[in-house]
Amino acid sequence: MPKKIKINYVINFIGLLLLFAALYALFETGIFGTRTDYFKGIATTACYTIIMVTSLNLLVGIMGEFSLGHAGFMSVGAYASAILTNALAEKGVPTFLLFLLALLAGGIAAGITGVLVGIPTLKLRGDYLAIVTVAFAEIIRVAFTNFEITGGGRTMSGITKLSNFYWAFWVMVVCVTIMYMFIRSRFGRTVKAIREDYIAAAASGVNVTFYKVMTFTVSAFFAGVAGAIYAHYMTAMIPTSFNFMYSAEFLTEVIIGGTGSMTGSIIGATFLSALPEAMRAFAKYRMLGYSVVLVLIMIFRPGGIFGRWEFSLSKVLRRIAGKGDKE
Amino acid sequence: MSILIQSIINGLNQGAIYALIALGYTMVYGILRMINFAHGDFIMVGAYTMFYTAPLMVSYGMPPWMAVLLAIVVCTVVGVLVERIAYKPVRNSGSISALITALAMSVFLENLAMVLFGGNPKTVVKIFDLPMIEIFGAKIQMKYLLTLGIGIAIMVILTLFVQTTKLGKAMRAVPQDREAATIVGINVDKIITITFAIGSALAAVAAMMYCSTYPRCTTDMGSMMGIKAFIAAVLGGIGVIPGAMLGGLIIGLIEILVKVYVAPGWYEAITYSILIVVLLIKPSGILGKNVGEKV
Repeated sequence: MPKKIKINYVINFIGLLLLFAALYALFETGIFGTRTDYFKGIATTACYTIIMVTSLNLLVGIMGEFSLGHAGFMSVGAYASAILTNALAEKGVPTFLLFLLALLAGGIAAGITGVLVGIPTLKLRGDYLAIVTVAFAEIIRVAFTNFEITGGGRTMSGITKLSNFYWAFWVMVVCVTIMYMFIRSRFGRTVKAIREDYIAAAASGVNVTFYKVMTFTVSAFFAGVAGAIYAHYMTAMIPTSFNFMYSAEFLTEVIIGGTGSMTGSIIGATFLSALPEAMRAFAKYRMLGYSVVLVLIMIFRPGGIFGRWEFSLSKVLRRIAGKGDKE
Repeated sequence: MSILIQSIINGLNQGAIYALIALGYTMVYGILRMINFAHGDFIMVGAYTMFYTAPLMVSYGMPPWMAVLLAIVVCTVVGVLVERIAYKPVRNSGSISALITALAMSVFLENLAMVLFGGNPKTVVKIFDLPMIEIFGAKIQMKYLLTLGIGIAIMVILTLFVQTTKLGKAMRAVPQDREAATIVGINVDKIITITFAIGSALAAVAAMMYCSTYPRCTTDMGSMMGIKAFIAAVLGGIGVIPGAMLGGLIIGLIEILVKVYVAPGWYEAITYSILIVVLLIKPSGILGKNVGEKV
């Protein structure tokens, strides 16, 4: 690994630590008084939304295909992890380990579902693929409504509350980092080549289906992790909340933020999940506003607000130091 | 036996509703190659129009089904507006943009309805006051047969319209080659708008039929029904008008029969599985022609 990249990792890590310290100080000093827990809740929501939106961006931005069933994978992760922690609840497993196991279980279950969904469907493209993902998400929802172990259509409640903001924050950091490294890897570049021209990619020896299914699986895995955080934060859930509208919401946030931009996804997810909470009167008009913004973006700026631009802390620092323009 | 006959009639009734919606999908897809996600929500618009205007009709001494005329007007206006304002600007920027815009319009209409009419379901007044009849011991609602009849009649009229009239010929020419169509003097924009108008008007009729079967309207009634109708269009062969009718009737029959005889909780999953199976085995649908992809 070149030295420069190593330094960048260190800089970014320090930046994250500072951000975390700032948030920690904000929440622990009790500036918000009685509303601290409420704000923490919003921040936790933002964390799992960020994982959802960035993982969806892997599909939309990097692979160039649409999934309108991402909430389906989230529900698989949520239910799988909840079933696991319910089974292990009284076994004396340390909380930290239990949470990690739940995250892994959620991710793996969703990942397996991703493979199963991906193999038959990924030979379809464009709008047909989009509609098939809707169909799969609906099948998952119907299945969870009928299975006894997932509550049989009623609310599944009494899940141990394991997620808190501090854990969720670091899980989010790890997930986003892995996804970012995935995009920058040789693997990610191949996927981008498929996005640009899949026929040309296939002609130069890329196994298009394999790469597509793998990307789909990785994306589903992280959606499952997000689902696990969700389940152990909400402690109660019902299959109908993982519906088409929820999937559409994630897609909206990807598109508004910028297809292919992790920065866009993170900022988009943070703002769009915090905004309605911050302004309750606005909540009713939230999706109405999103859809109008979405249409305007499609007409005037089809790449989304950030396009494919990525924020880079080291670049900013270098610019402050006055030598950034030479890069 | 009587339950079987009853279920088949119920299924055909359900299927006729899907078929009418599927006709709208198929026509728009045929001409623009885009899935008009908002099409399902046009039904919701139609249903709410029925909810508000049917009592008015009754108070003026007219039969409540006359409200469908107003619903047709409202839906057509909404459909044309959606096409003009949202779809037209992105028409040339690729199928992905069109897909997102359509999705956004669907979300927009649903949430606008939520803001305007509130989240509580509304109960629509009785649209048709028709008796039950008995055939082979099965009690059959006359209105179901009427729905089926209307559906088939509309399909026949539409097929004749597209096959024989000049306008219909233009509608078939545009998807084949848009530039060539322009050269021979077809106003492509006008044809697309007319297609949307017809599709939306059909959605209004579908809304009336839906309300006569299930007299309830909710703001999210359109999106899922729309997707099922789209499945029907794909099953029959997208872009083919009789295909939409056939697909709709098959989906409706399967749904009701599964509900009654196999597993009541799983009928929706079966419908969605049909889509997946069709797309994997024969993406062009039952009546569609196979079109290879150009490199």
